[in-house]
Amino acid sequence: MLGFLKHPVVVTADINLNVVALTAMGLLSRLWQLSYPRAVVFDEVYYGQYISFYMKRIFFLDGSGPPFGHMLLALGGYLGGFDGNFLWNRIGAEYSSNVPVWSLRLLPALTGALSVPMAYQILSELGFSHCAAMGAALLMLIENALITQSRLMLLESVLIFFNLLAVLSYLKFSNSQKQRPFSPSWWFWLTLTGVACSCAVGVKYVGVFTYLLVLAVAGVHAWHLIGDRSLSNVSVLCHLLARAAALLVVPAAMYLLFFYVHLSLVYRSGPHDQIMSSAFQASLEGGLARITQGQPLEVAYGSQVTLKNVLGKPVPCWLHSHQSTYPMIYENGRGSSHQQQVTCYPFKDVNNWWIVKDPGRHQLVVSNPPRPVRHGDVVQLVHGMTTRFLNTHDVAAPLSPHSQEVSCYVDYNISMPSQNLWRLDIVNRDSDAGVWKTILSEVRLVHVNTSAVLKLSGAHLPDWGFRQLEVVGEKLSRGYHESTVWNVEEHRYGKSQEQKEREVELHSPTQMDVHRNLSFLARFLELQWRMLTAKSDGSEHKYSSSPLDWVTLDTSIAYWLHPRTSAQIHLLGNVVIWASASLATVAYTLLLFWYLLRRRRKICDLPEDSWLRWVLAGALCAGGWAVNYVPFFLMEKTLFLYHYLPALTFQILLLPVVLQHISDHLCRTQLLRSLFGALLVAWYSCACHVFNTLRPLTYGDKSLSPSELKALRWKDSWDILIRKY
Amino acid sequence: MLCATSRLLAARTATALPAQPRGRGPGARCRRRELHFPGHPELDLDDFLTGRLARPSVPVGRRAILRRGRMPPAVGGGPARSELRPRRGRCGPQTARVVGPDETAKPAARSRKRPGWGSRHFEAAGRWALLALVTLLSFATRFHRLDEPPHVCWDETHFGKMGSYYINRTFFFDVHPPLGKMLIGLAGYLSGYDGTFLFQKPGDKYEHHNYMGMRGFCAFLGSLLVPFAYLIVLELSKSLPAALLTAALLTFDTGCLTLSQYILLDPILMFFIMAAMLSMVKYNSCANRPFSAPWWFWLSLTGVNLAGALGVKFVGLFIILQVGWNTISDLWHLFGDLSLSVVTVGKHLTARILCLIVLPLTLYTATYAVHFMVLNKSGPGDGFFSSAFQARLSGNNLHNASIPEHLAYGSVITVKNLRMAIGYLHSHRHLYPEGIGARQQQVTTYLHKDYNNLWIIKKHNTNADPLDPSLPVEFVRHGDIIRLEHKETSRNLHSHYHEAPLTRKHYQVTGYGINGTGDSNDFWRIEVVNRKFGNRIKVLRSRIRLIHLVTGCVLGSSGKVLPKWGWEQLEVTCTPYLKETLNSIWNVEDHINPKLPNISLDVLQPSFPEVLLESHMVMIRGNNGLKPKDNEFTSKPWHWPVNYQGLRFSGINDTDFRVYLLGNPVVWWLNLLSIALYLLLGSIIAVAVQRGAHLPAEVEGLTQVLLRGGGQLLLGWILHYFPFFLMGRILYFHHYFPAMLFSSMLTGILWDTLLRLWAWSLASSSLARGLYVVGNLSLLLGTAYSFYLFHPLAYGMVGPLAQDPRSPMAGLRWLESWDF
Repeated sequence: MLGFLKHPVVVTADINLNVVALTAMGLLSRLWQLSYPRAVVFDEVYYGQYISFYMKRIFFLDGSGPPFGHMLLALGGYLGGFDGNFLWNRIGAEYSSNVPVWSLRLLPALTGALSVPMAYQILSELGFSHCAAMGAALLMLIENALITQSRLMLLESVLIFFNLLAVLSYLKFSNSQKQRPFSPSWWFWLTLTGVACSCAVGVKYVGVFTYLLVLAVAGVHAWHLIGDRSLSNVSVLCHLLARAAALLVVPAAMYLLFFYVHLSLVYRSGPHDQIMSSAFQASLEGGLARITQGQPLEVAYGSQVTLKNVLGKPVPCWLHSHQSTYPMIYENGRGSSHQQQVTCYPFKDVNNWWIVKDPGRHQLVVSNPPRPVRHGDVVQLVHGMTTRFLNTHDVAAPLSPHSQEVSCYVDYNISMPSQNLWRLDIVNRDSDAGVWKTILSEVRLVHVNTSAVLKLSGAHLPDWGFRQLEVVGEKLSRGYHESTVWNVEEHRYGKSQEQKEREVELHSPTQMDVHRNLSFLARFLELQWRMLTAKSDGSEHKYSSSPLDWVTLDTSIAYWLHPRTSAQIHLLGNVVIWASASLATVAYTLLLFWYLLRRRRKICDLPEDSWLRWVLAGALCAGGWAVNYVPFFLMEKTLFLYHYLPALTFQILLLPVVLQHISDHLCRTQLLRSLFGALLVAWYSCACHVFNTLRPLTYGDKSLSPSELKALRWKDSWDILIRKY
Repeated sequence: MLCATSRLLAARTATALPAQPRGRGPGARCRRRELHFPGHPELDLDDFLTGRLARPSVPVGRRAILRRGRMPPAVGGGPARSELRPRRGRCGPQTARVVGPDETAKPAARSRKRPGWGSRHFEAAGRWALLALVTLLSFATRFHRLDEPPHVCWDETHFGKMGSYYINRTFFFDVHPPLGKMLIGLAGYLSGYDGTFLFQKPGDKYEHHNYMGMRGFCAFLGSLLVPFAYLIVLELSKSLPAALLTAALLTFDTGCLTLSQYILLDPILMFFIMAAMLSMVKYNSCANRPFSAPWWFWLSLTGVNLAGALGVKFVGLFIILQVGWNTISDLWHLFGDLSLSVVTVGKHLTARILCLIVLPLTLYTATYAVHFMVLNKSGPGDGFFSSAFQARLSGNNLHNASIPEHLAYGSVITVKNLRMAIGYLHSHRHLYPEGIGARQQQVTTYLHKDYNNLWIIKKHNTNADPLDPSLPVEFVRHGDIIRLEHKETSRNLHSHYHEAPLTRKHYQVTGYGINGTGDSNDFWRIEVVNRKFGNRIKVLRSRIRLIHLVTGCVLGSSGKVLPKWGWEQLEVTCTPYLKETLNSIWNVEDHINPKLPNISLDVLQPSFPEVLLESHMVMIRGNNGLKPKDNEFTSKPWHWPVNYQGLRFSGINDTDFRVYLLGNPVVWWLNLLSIALYLLLGSIIAVAVQRGAHLPAEVEGLTQVLLRGGGQLLLGWILHYFPFFLMGRILYFHHYFPAMLFSSMLTGILWDTLLRLWAWSLASSSLARGLYVVGNLSLLLGTAYSFYLFHPLAYGMVGPLAQDPRSPMAGLRWLESWDF
């Protein structure tokens, strides 16, 4: 026990100088002149605004990815003392002095630099030679596209880092599985795999593909473990449980944690509030919460309310009416009821107020004590400013002729009796006697006479309807749809008997006080749902490309151009590396099939251990390339060249694997092997030369003359900017 | 007790069956059972139900092998120990009989008591009779009240109409391949329907029009699904009760019934899917006699059915994937069999390529050839296709027209956008309104033919009239700089650095200049896609792009509708993004030039492969265009297996004749439960095997059926269901039905196996047998009873809605989301 008294305390450090050197070179290549273009470069304009939101603690919604990546970027801003005051509106805008450019770009650059030694580690863990591992790292080092992407406030390099970390730690784990299962290092690497996976997913959704790949490999290994008869049932169970905990539970928990931190960081209301439900908005500081704070909770007869549509598409809006009536005859010749219009209006307005009335009584004020409205009650809705009743009848709606028109009843048209009774259907009620609650209750208004449901159709009315949104009575309501559900947003108990006083009352703000809060889980679910369903504006972009262009590098992206000289930053790959990496993938696939077919006929070309190594390397590297590339063909969003970088990284890892295999197994004589080695050296110098040629476009530090730029335009599709003097 | 039960069962089945096999006396069976299989009732029971017996021709040695693979039925020709595909020589006796559905050979040969020829004969007849009964019941349910309602229901309005188009030989456009509609048209034609009914909207009365032929055809194919499912399950599990259960599930499913009774593509599609599956399963069991006549027969039949499935709807692709997977794994096993030479494997490969790739492709192409041959008149589908395509259709203004072939300066032309439904480049005397770009003359695209679509090609640098007879003809070539002058208003096509009216990132396109005199912003470079410089430009065939010389942008149409000031025509812009999209590619349609000789357009007619390709592009684009809107109720794939919501085929009010497409909830929920149970059981077994557990021979046989046969069906279900989650197009409940067929077959196999396993685990054999019989019977009867409850959904009902206690469906609205 007290062993340290008997023996000296010895620390043996085992430093691989290769790794140290690679790290140093990686840092040098990524951090050199990091703050140089002191201007907004390409997508920094996009991520930058979120950093500002974090700095100001303002809530925002970004459908492009989970918040972890944004938070990491914001961490850089926080450490650099950024106050968030910068207008991110234009690519190329000069940063003001309060923006700590260096520290904002530091994190992506660091992760990009660390990817270099990690490539080395991965190949060594896969069991390949030191030479192959060095090759992989050196290729990562001189890949222009990776350098460009790492040196800016962008998330791809962070994603690549976590992808590689997940693969590396899984390999470390599975190697220690053979020697010492359940040792501390075993646990460490296992947990780190889960953590890295969740971080990758947390940075960008596409990280999920690498996560699935790691899960699949782990699943296959676990399946072999189950088949291992030398292990007892209990130990197999322990193994499986440990894996499940580390690879399923930990990532899920981490993912929730990201959102928890995110939601506790951005607690103030901001420009994206409107997309969220009323309940969510009320949980933020400022904004709706300021208005709704202290509203009475239970809607009673005589309550004055605004009703917001829950779906809120195309825009969030409130049930609205105004003096104008439907035109007698529409442009297409159909007739209307010529009664007062009812629409959905996307802005706060005094005409959004409605009074809940008991059909059996005449009063429009709340009695004392208030009589709450319950699920299943029949109510009338009175428009506050015009005192007309919400009504629907068997007349075709203006733009959706299959549905009923909704109007505020005007009694001059006696041939059409008023049909203004609505039954309240609380969708998320606790019990059948549930009370209608402000903000929290989602209700459907079912028309008593025709059983039509009040619905937002999503169509914009023409000019006579002031381009507001059409509201209809849907006769064929097939089940639940968010467009038929409404919730009370603003609410107060009406006190004024007279219309004049009531109008004054409606114009004055509501004030009282109670506090409401949503649970974290409810907020997380809503936020996640809105993020996934948020529509990206499918607008075309000058530099968008299709996945097919990526492999051949048929596209480039101009990131930044110096305002005066022709110094510019371009996202361009190292052509030699891209071409040879693609070739290597093809070669790997062909060789794999060849070996598989031969093995099937019981001809084994490779010894068993090198076969297993070959397959595992392929599963992780070629598989990593495939899972990070192929899904893009199915995606409908606007795609850019940088989406290919994670896939490319895996392809680069595959390159030395194939090369070493060729040298070890296909070059049969020593002479051939030496020749091949010489060829490799020549090839690598070639790649270095390309790197050096494209360097001005990668770093943007040197202004080239138009003729030099023209000479760099190796492909017609590369859009290198040439200034006309 | 045991004998009593079986006698009871015998009596019951005998009442149902005209020729129930009664080969052996129950008494003898009881005794023998005790003798051979203590505690293991299934064999006998199965024996009893199937009337299984050994063929005298089985050699003794082989019989011994077969007997080892006891747990009988399941094991089939002994595949318990072999791989998926039984090897040559393993199951000789079985293969000779693969063809007949009755020949579901079971190897449990009892050498000691071999029944005589007579009883064997009876048993075979019994199995035929059972199949006949299943088929008959299926036909009876499908054809019952087929003529009701006598009005157009739901999508009959589309497919009936398209059937009529074939009879009238009018060209139309649909997002599905043509085979299904061709068959509907053929059925109508043969049954005397004259194609005059309009099929305008659901609810139109047929009156004197003969619609029964078309409905009858669909119902016929729909009825065949049940015997097909029966045979597939029988082939996969070798167990009659499993097959019977499957048949009952499908016969008594109101959803399958409803879907089979109308003029729809689904019964045709499902027919081909099931036929492909059946022939695939059959040819799998011929695997031990490769290259024999039945082997070739089933293999090529699989190919034919694949072509049929794909020819009806593109979702036929899923069954192709399934057959493909089966074929690949099959070849992989053959390849690993070292007793086969590589040449033999090569032969196998070639046979499959011939039958499963070449043959279906040929047939599929042939359907298109017929399609284009039959539809030779201009019709409502013209506008979706390119100008060159339209020239094929009689009645179209391009048909038999003759125009000059190559563009020359001075030609008057119309320019059509290549994207579907965008139309011709158009201009008119109206100006863009104040505040929208420059206040110059509007340029739009317009779908109808009009004088304002005419443009004159002029040289950019001279304004001389090229039609002056003294000047030589000068052809326009790829890469030339031209000016396009609008014929009616004499203004030039013009663009400049102003925002386009709707697409803000593009430039505005206007008409500019007076009498053809404008500025350098009127110059366009004309380029032909994929051509070299200096080539002439052909009418109809050349795909051209117009590139604005000054700004470098490309003329295109965004496809967005302009507001009222633009007469709701489509926006034309000049896009700075140079990517080749169809929006920015045009072709020349009309062409007038008196100085050039006219040629007949027939020369320019596209070749068959081009037509084929074009119609596929148009179909795929049409399919992608079917996007749901935000504020509409749409069916989600997760709704389907839970039977969450049905589809109204006909009628809304309580006075209407109402038909509601909804699965029989008992069947569907049983299917859902079965999939969960299957996954659970399957993984338990797989883990047990992987851990090296030794299963008793009987259980081993059952697990083989469960994992192999069930696995194929599960794959079918997955392939026909999960891809829908990835589809962006609008989805309907009826898309699930192919998957539902697979899921019902899985249910049949699963419950049969479960009951057998359960019975096997019981100590007492009589209890076990009782349990098995009662279990199967209760499943059958339960399904039948639920059909009795829910049959008004399919056969139609009049009267109050389900909320009303007087309704026939009162109390049956188990989910609030069902509205009937």
